Amino acid sequence: MQGVWDWFRWLYDQYGINFSVFYDPFDRSSVLGGLLTTLKLAGACLLGSLVVGVVMAWLQGSRVAPVRRAAIGLVEFIRNTPPLVQLYFFYFGLSPFLSPVDPHTGLAQPILGAYLWAVIALSLYEGVFNAEALRAGIDAVPQTTIETCEAFAMSRWQTFTLVVLPLALRTSLPALTNNTVNLIKSTTLAYAIGVPEILSISTQIWADRLNVLEMMIVLLAVYMLLIGALTAGMGTIERQLRIPGFGGQGAAR
Amino acid sequence: MSDATRPIGLPGIHRLFSPLVVLGLLGVFGASTMATLMASADSGPRASTLWLLVKWTPLLFQGFLMNMLLSVSAMALGTVIGAFWGLGQLSDIAPLRRVFWTVTQFFRNAPWLVILFFVMFLVPFEVRIAGVTVPLPDWLKAIIGLSLPVAANFAEILRGAVQSISSGQWESAESFAFSRRQAMWLIILPQCLRRMLPPWMNLYAMLTMTTVLASIVGVQEVMATVAKVNGAEGRTDLLLPIYTYVLIWFFAYCYPIARFTRWLEQRSA
Repeated sequence: MQGVWDWFRWLYDQYGINFSVFYDPFDRSSVLGGLLTTLKLAGACLLGSLVVGVVMAWLQGSRVAPVRRAAIGLVEFIRNTPPLVQLYFFYFGLSPFLSPVDPHTGLAQPILGAYLWAVIALSLYEGVFNAEALRAGIDAVPQTTIETCEAFAMSRWQTFTLVVLPLALRTSLPALTNNTVNLIKSTTLAYAIGVPEILSISTQIWADRLNVLEMMIVLLAVYMLLIGALTAGMGTIERQLRIPGFGGQGAAR
Repeated sequence: MSDATRPIGLPGIHRLFSPLVVLGLLGVFGASTMATLMASADSGPRASTLWLLVKWTPLLFQGFLMNMLLSVSAMALGTVIGAFWGLGQLSDIAPLRRVFWTVTQFFRNAPWLVILFFVMFLVPFEVRIAGVTVPLPDWLKAIIGLSLPVAANFAEILRGAVQSISSGQWESAESFAFSRRQAMWLIILPQCLRRMLPPWMNLYAMLTMTTVLASIVGVQEVMATVAKVNGAEGRTDLLLPIYTYVLIWFFAYCYPIARFTRWLEQRSA
């Protein structure tokens, strides 16, 4: 490994191509830290967005008209407004209301930090798209299946969680994969509120070392690898979970 | 739903902005304003946040116009580049196909913000063309930076549309002695236009919502203006209403586009 690091140092000394992340231990550890933050953020948002998606899809199919309409309205609002502004809305707009003043220091102490607000805002934004995808999957479950559940005296909740949702998850998996790719891309927005994810760390490094091009190459390579790994992994899951007799063209690739 | 049985016609404005949506928006806006009003009620004669919003509306609108300029220009540029990339992917020369496929995948999967940074930092602030120095202001670079992901997405839309045309069309064109190029331009692409319109409009709405990223790299658009307003007023109770205000503006602009897109999709389905 040391040989590789030395080679990059030689590249810098010889040609001025400054991949400092590879030869400098400090830059390397900060970029790895940033990558870890990006991964954690993406993971938390993935879980959060799935929960939001399932809940919103369930509420959109509610039998109570006001609940249904409110859910549809919320989905439309979040879908059609910029995620960055939503992030600012939460972090700069809402956070001061959730910052009780510490009686000892007299300073406002926010309950949730930038990282958690990013998780909340991005989960909501991506969750709404998941809700849309799941909704399509739920609508694709045949009415007869639901009637069968009714005939087995299953409650609406049981029907949804045990039969409809597992089927819908499978049919909407390609759309969910697509949303997850967008989710990973949108974690970069957290940079705007100071979450130390990989883009933010990279801007610090290129401000110090003036190696914008090299850092950009590293950054883009990292995102390509992340998204490549994700699509490959999801492709495998899709093939494993494929409902026999459905979605033949997906497996033909 | 009843939409399927309705006679075909443009969705009326009353359907675009159903009373419930408008009520909901006013509710959110009113609640946030009220909350901040109450929070500042005990601090003497200060301007109400509502009045501050009215006061700054002209400036905010100028910022919003910059977002419109960015979105329309990036869309135009991105569509032209994307058409090129999309047709390149459909070329009958295999290496060319692979090159354009790679380019498209790259710009489709890279985060918009990273591409924007890339263009902002690596495109010089002025270029010399034949002895004439042409300045490249920030907003122009932002247009280029935003148009690249648009191009990649449009290339995919174009490729998808061409591939969705039944192969019988190609075969009959061939039997009428059309060359490949003639068949593409005279028979296949005209049929694609209608199929491409809804996703193209979706892309435009998405781009419009992405233009706020330009504020991060220093373009004076609406979010940068909001930051200035916040700096000038220095009022924490203004933050929530002003962000809500901007959200509503974007919603008012993007939601009709989304509704129109869905109407187009339903009509063709």
